[in-house]
Amino acid sequence: MNKPLRRIAIFCGLLVLALLVRDNWLQYVMATELKEDKANRRVAIERYAQPRGDIIVDGKSITGSAKTEGSDFDYKRTYKNGEMWAPVTGYASQAFGATQLESIEDGILTGNDDRLFFRRTLDMITGKKQAGGNVVTTLSAAAQKAAFEGLGDKKGAVAAIDPSTGAILALASTPSYDPSTFAGNSTETDSKAWAKLQKKENPDDPMLNRALRETYPPGSTFKVVTAAAALENGLVDDVDAKTDSPLPYTLPDTRTELKNEGNIPCKDASLRDALKVSCNTVFGKIGADLGKDKMKEEAEKFGFNSEQFTPVRSNASVFPDEMDKPQTALSSIGQFETAATPLQMAMVASAVANDGTLMKPYMVDKLQAPSLDVIEQTEPEEMSKPLSEDNAQKLQSIMETVVQDGTGTRAQIPGVTVGGKTGTAQHGVDNSEKPYAWFISYAKLKDGSSPVAVAVVVEDGSANRDDISGGGLAAPIAQAVMKAVVDSKQ
Amino acid sequence: MSSTTNPSTHHTSTIGAIGAPSRRNTELALLVFAVVIPVFAYANVGLALNDQVPPGLLGYGLGLGLLAGVGHLVVRKFAPYADPLLLPLATLLNGLGLVVIWRLDQSERLQVRSTFVEAAPRQLLYSALGVALFVGVLLLLKDHRVLQRYTYISMFAALVLLLLPLVPGLGADVFGAKIWIKIPGLGTIQPGEFAKIVIAVFFAGYLMVKRDALALASRRFMGLYLPRGRDLGPILMVWAMSILILVFETDLGTSLLFFGMFVVMLYVATERTSWIVFGLLMSAAGAVGVASFEPHVQQRVQAWLDPMGEYLKSKQGVVGHSEQSMEALWAFGSGGVLGTGLGQGNSDLIGFAANSDFILATFGEELGLAGVMAILLIYGLIVERGVRTALAARDPFGKLLAVGLSGAFALQVFVVAGGVMNLIPLTGMTLPFVAYGGSSVIANWALIGILIRISDTARRPAPSPAPNPDAEMTQVVRP
Repeated sequence: MNKPLRRIAIFCGLLVLALLVRDNWLQYVMATELKEDKANRRVAIERYAQPRGDIIVDGKSITGSAKTEGSDFDYKRTYKNGEMWAPVTGYASQAFGATQLESIEDGILTGNDDRLFFRRTLDMITGKKQAGGNVVTTLSAAAQKAAFEGLGDKKGAVAAIDPSTGAILALASTPSYDPSTFAGNSTETDSKAWAKLQKKENPDDPMLNRALRETYPPGSTFKVVTAAAALENGLVDDVDAKTDSPLPYTLPDTRTELKNEGNIPCKDASLRDALKVSCNTVFGKIGADLGKDKMKEEAEKFGFNSEQFTPVRSNASVFPDEMDKPQTALSSIGQFETAATPLQMAMVASAVANDGTLMKPYMVDKLQAPSLDVIEQTEPEEMSKPLSEDNAQKLQSIMETVVQDGTGTRAQIPGVTVGGKTGTAQHGVDNSEKPYAWFISYAKLKDGSSPVAVAVVVEDGSANRDDISGGGLAAPIAQAVMKAVVDSKQ
Repeated sequence: MSSTTNPSTHHTSTIGAIGAPSRRNTELALLVFAVVIPVFAYANVGLALNDQVPPGLLGYGLGLGLLAGVGHLVVRKFAPYADPLLLPLATLLNGLGLVVIWRLDQSERLQVRSTFVEAAPRQLLYSALGVALFVGVLLLLKDHRVLQRYTYISMFAALVLLLLPLVPGLGADVFGAKIWIKIPGLGTIQPGEFAKIVIAVFFAGYLMVKRDALALASRRFMGLYLPRGRDLGPILMVWAMSILILVFETDLGTSLLFFGMFVVMLYVATERTSWIVFGLLMSAAGAVGVASFEPHVQQRVQAWLDPMGEYLKSKQGVVGHSEQSMEALWAFGSGGVLGTGLGQGNSDLIGFAANSDFILATFGEELGLAGVMAILLIYGLIVERGVRTALAARDPFGKLLAVGLSGAFALQVFVVAGGVMNLIPLTGMTLPFVAYGGSSVIANWALIGILIRISDTARRPAPSPAPNPDAEMTQVVRP
């Protein structure tokens, strides 16, 4: 009987061995994967186990943390002036996860980032609790306030950039939301607040970050890109020379007449005059003459057709690829399928203001360890050069004319040179819906430096087509933002 | 067959019994560790959870020490040659189980559940009852061969125990498995745990008598000895019983345990590999057959193959699904190699049955890979000491009983630990000594008692040789 007994002993040993192997598989090989599984509640518990690091603007935090009771999450996020800053911060909610900066820099904010590993280990040895680091942004509190208050009850967005570095100064979107209202995980208050903000319940879609994630037809503001293409490709050399622009102008290969807004002097207008009064005919013809490839090339130099990472992702603005001549003409005046985010149009203005060099837009200046040591510092980075310095200055000169005595007079700031361009974009089939009012501009100080470029879009302004034109609705907001930045510089 | 007549096995412990040291002091020394380790673990939990040594430490330490002490004294007195490892190992597991059950009692997540009760004090009471039964076995069962007399009564008793949960009004259906009976005022009992021991007695007694017939009367076919048709009777009966348990009590674990135990004992009794082949074929056929129509079994298999899908369905509120399997896997993974430390994990996310069927997951998260491997090795040691007892036993009944009990113990550990670690489909069974549950703790202490009794008999020095008749004067016996 002993031979089978020994075999049974071996069999029982194999059973235990199988368990040991399986255990090693689970707790060694698969351990990290299981531990970091998003559905594993421990991930969320750890995230909220200590006060979260803060997001900082102008040296002051715009976020905070509050102790919570009655759940296995210890701390929840709080926001100071959450509605104003939501397009910058995104949200970090116990129940609904995190987005934008809160999500991208989550590692730093929770203290779990690999770059903090050494400090974390030290803390563990010395018995200190893990703490989160800070995200220092490039934003300007004054500019953001001007943008948010300028938009007020209107639906729209503002993006402002420092042209010389690409640092984002303002990023506002209205209607906005207060991420504090659903930062916890109470089914009573937080879930209800969350549900109310969803597009289903709220057609205004307050959680949409219009400054980065919504593309609008840019309308006449796109004429700046077309003007840049004309200068860069040598189609126009002298901005004050007459162009060969017939009026009325029939779109090539069609019998459709391209119309201007009202009866404005566009026949053979110079580039300066054409931009000043916003001639559709002149810029439509330039686009058709250059052709879609040259137009697309110039647009892409400004950043069209690619997503931007600031590091928060911005949707790609669109300059269409497949189109015929009349469509190219329409696209060149910011219609047809051309669409741009407010950030994109701010980049256009900033490239012009920065003498033709486009800097990569960014909003995180540096990441700090809990001890405030700098872990990562963002260096300004050149993205492309859509214009030569010479052509950029020509374009600046005609954009300044627009503000001096063109459609953008309401953007003037005493003692500061301002260049800009208005836009009124059509919206809906046959303009059946209310148009978008656009304004893009930059401010230039006496020493020639340009501290700010801004793009403003206001949706569904007034019913009156003339009044909504960018000059009336959007330019004052742009003016306020630029003034806030200029004032804070002095 | 008998080891004493087979020279090839003399080098093993079977012969070493003569003049073997009793090893009682070894047992005592090991018991000190078996008590001190859980006491430290207990203090560890208190420090981690409340930053203070738990106030119950003294009572708990004394309680466990008292149980171990009583067990030791009884063994010293009534089974002096018993295996020295079994009692300390069982005590250690029991003690660690108590600590983890107490730790889960402190969980706020579990405290808000409607079914929450303070389990640790009850488990301590069950452990005391278990040790009492252990003592009772050693006191009353002076020689395990006595059990042979109760072969057929055991069969009857086992059948009754197994069928009890099916009696209307007595059985309790707890989350799909009907393996409990409700006794008003006493709570629920899992008769299957006791049936495990009783049925081992029946198998051992039956096979000892029949094994020659089962082993010798066979035909050779393709290298295998095929049993005669009529000899297939018993295995078919046990198989049918297992299938019935599976179908009517929807308990995969008990079913597998009984059939596996029978095949192991049949193989040992007959030394015929063909029985293993038959056993495997029959269990495979049975499992596949039942799985084809039994939704409970199908669902368990589905959950085994796709624990994450099961988790998501449960989260969506689909009735009949459970997120526990996935929660247990996350607990294991989050523990990693060294674990979070006692009291610092989140294994209570498992919720229902966190301190019984799923208790190994808490060990996994808080003591890590190292802790679970240690626990598994302790189980391995108990099983191997049991099989060694079988090797050392001098009578076939003792051999069969010891290997049956050890084999059942090993299968139970495999089925429940494998289920919790998702190595095999999950079945509702308790981890011996560690999991919360009175029936399990009490029955397993009785099992250890019987093994200790057999090992004592096996290692007891052979009676001194009979006096040489030539040396003495012939005595005349007058009528």
